[in-house]
Amino acid sequence: MGDLQIKKQPKHYDAVIVGSGAGGGMAAYTLANAGLNVAVIEAGPMYDPRTDSLQLKNAWDSPRRGASTKFRPFGDFDACYWGWEIDGEPYTQSGKMKWDWWRARMMGGRTNHWGRISLRFGPQDFKRKSIDGLGENWPISYEDIKPYYDRIDKMLGVFGSNEGLPNDPDGFFLPPPKPRLHEMFIKRAATNIGIPVIPSRLSILTKKINDDRGVCFYCKQCYRSCKVYADFSSSSALIIPAIKTGNVDLLTNCMAREVLTDKNGMATGISYINKEDGLEYQVTGRTVVLAASACESSRLMLNSKSLTHPNGVANSSNVVGKYLHDSTGADMGGIIPALTDRKRYNEDGVGGMHVYTPWWLDNKKLDFPRGYHIEYGGGFGMPLYGFSWGIEKLNGTIPVNGKTKEAGGYGASLKQDYRNYFGAHVGMAGRGETVAREDNYCEIDPTVVDKYGIPVLRFHTNYSDYEIKQAKHMKETFAEILHSMGAVVTWGGDDGPANNYGLHNPGKIIHEAGTARMGNDPRSSALNKYNQAHDCKNLFVMDGAAFVSQADKNITWTILALALRSSEYLVDQMKKKNL
Amino acid sequence: MDRRSSLRWMGWGTISAGVLLNACKNADKNVVDNAKADPDAFTPGRMEEEELHDKKLMSEQFFTQHELATIAVLSDIIIPKDDVSGSATDAKVPDFIEFMVKEKPEFQVPLRGGLRWMDLYMMKRYEKSFKDASKEQQIELVDQIAYPDKATDAMKAGVSFFSLMRNLTASGFYTTAIGFKDVGYIGNAPNNWNGVPDDVLKQYGLSYSEKELRECVSFEVIKDQATLQPAGQGI
Repeated sequence: MGDLQIKKQPKHYDAVIVGSGAGGGMAAYTLANAGLNVAVIEAGPMYDPRTDSLQLKNAWDSPRRGASTKFRPFGDFDACYWGWEIDGEPYTQSGKMKWDWWRARMMGGRTNHWGRISLRFGPQDFKRKSIDGLGENWPISYEDIKPYYDRIDKMLGVFGSNEGLPNDPDGFFLPPPKPRLHEMFIKRAATNIGIPVIPSRLSILTKKINDDRGVCFYCKQCYRSCKVYADFSSSSALIIPAIKTGNVDLLTNCMAREVLTDKNGMATGISYINKEDGLEYQVTGRTVVLAASACESSRLMLNSKSLTHPNGVANSSNVVGKYLHDSTGADMGGIIPALTDRKRYNEDGVGGMHVYTPWWLDNKKLDFPRGYHIEYGGGFGMPLYGFSWGIEKLNGTIPVNGKTKEAGGYGASLKQDYRNYFGAHVGMAGRGETVAREDNYCEIDPTVVDKYGIPVLRFHTNYSDYEIKQAKHMKETFAEILHSMGAVVTWGGDDGPANNYGLHNPGKIIHEAGTARMGNDPRSSALNKYNQAHDCKNLFVMDGAAFVSQADKNITWTILALALRSSEYLVDQMKKKNL
Repeated sequence: MDRRSSLRWMGWGTISAGVLLNACKNADKNVVDNAKADPDAFTPGRMEEEELHDKKLMSEQFFTQHELATIAVLSDIIIPKDDVSGSATDAKVPDFIEFMVKEKPEFQVPLRGGLRWMDLYMMKRYEKSFKDASKEQQIELVDQIAYPDKATDAMKAGVSFFSLMRNLTASGFYTTAIGFKDVGYIGNAPNNWNGVPDDVLKQYGLSYSEKELRECVSFEVIKDQATLQPAGQGI
């Protein structure tokens, strides 16, 4: 490398946004449509599902038949670039339980492959401390955010059903798809033992909502991203439309390094490295929006030290990096003997479950404080790498048409076994709320930098009895449902106290949140109720970092609603000359 | 998929139709059981790092000719031709296993060691390698390692190896067009999900509730549904 220079981008933007996922996408879309000049910095390459999706490829189009790689931990057809590891970008650990950190590097981020489970938080989810005394209340209530949920339901599209449930609010839903066969088995079995099963709520278009996006054609492959834009990805539904306004410059393959500030402590822009030419750049703006994912945004803040922000930008409260929490997760599955050797037909459906179970119990009567929802899987899926792997553990125990064979085998008899078990599997996954705690955190590891010279995160996380007891409850529930439907448990049934009942490592569910939480008190929160930094009023954080708690709901729909609300507040404050 | 029926079947707006017809065409092109997929088929939508990784793996050779020939014999014992479909080698399973041991190096020792274990077993008894032994001799060994619950302790190493071979063979076989057809996978094709077919509902004593019928998306029943080809079987 020659003399190191920092190149300054000549254009001064109204807003510099870091990250192009749900939060950054919504910010770019809202600000650009309000007429602001916006720069979006994305650490990965351009990605347009229309041209780049691997949708409708067959198993054999992948030399590894869809097996996972470090580049695509969820399989070779999955839309997400990178995941648990990125070459040259380490992270370290100091806690009892390893934190698993998923990082996407691509335009649209994780929204290209996510499960599209789009749940509103309910009224109780914003006021948990008032209910159980744990954690903290949000500075906003459901009524504050409801209008934004209503608007994104209509703007982005979500199917579901209005059920009138107290903490799983109704919305503006497109019609849901009819349940598949195994889902009808689940519904019958669960309902019989008092567990509700209702249509799932996924941001997939079962009806046309506008001229820019197509309608679902039921290939079950939302995880590959959708060529006709029939599901919500930030790439297809927000960033690309935002670019069409002419007000957005998208800087891809640019890795943000620091938030720049002036002597008054105001944000002036972002410094970044361009991965293509290896050079250092700065881009300036009237406001800066961080939406790089909860932990990456916090890392940026902690790495942005200055005389006025000695503890990292907007961190006089010292909460940045703290209260890190993910959804809990535990799973179980089995085979339904009644569904062996069944009739073939195309039951792909949408990319995900057609029914789910929202939290249905009262924690006051339980030995853990927060709830979980249940996601269901099963049916005829495209045979991919791992197809019927371990059949020697099935064909010796699960009867087909009343007969059980010797485990293992080969030849024509084995081929018949593969046919018999195809489509007879059912799985369930609990996804619950962790209590956000100050002593679960990420911080800068003072001894390690990544290949760009940026200090990396060190994670310190552990679970409490609350989460472990919740996982135990999940497992008992799954066993009950599986038993009620006559299924034989084939995996996830052996977990117990020794392994925390199969509770996944924190981070594994990829719903991380809480590391720059909002609040009314600047001493105990980094952001105000509009996602605006207390200590640096032209800095906003619009991803999961802003969350006080994350409910037993997947967080994307709430990231979007908060980012819409915050972006409109930003525009309004600019108009009032407060920014 | 036949183009006209696919258009009739899909019946969506102009945005989607073009993209999907191309996707269908590409799917048809790949109907051949090409175990070594064309790496170019993947671009765009692949990272440069992935392309380099794939090219590197494809330029390497792990198994010897003898080992590959043994894998061929063994995989055809596991998945032979029957009255429904072809054999493992018809679906080029050995090429797939050759690729996978480079992709997942943790398989290299168990497979290489297991192949040698089998050869040594045969050498001691019949002075022949596994692949050169008679069919009866091969089956005599396979019967001792193919059934984990019945196998003697002396054969347990062979059992682990055979289970891995069975699993890899299945992965390699059922992920081809031959395998899709064998197992009856009918999917990966644009369609309208209209719920579980009536005869299937009846078979299991199930029906949709009034609420479901009222609130769920539904489509007119397309009469010529039966004429549609399953994925990967187009012309």
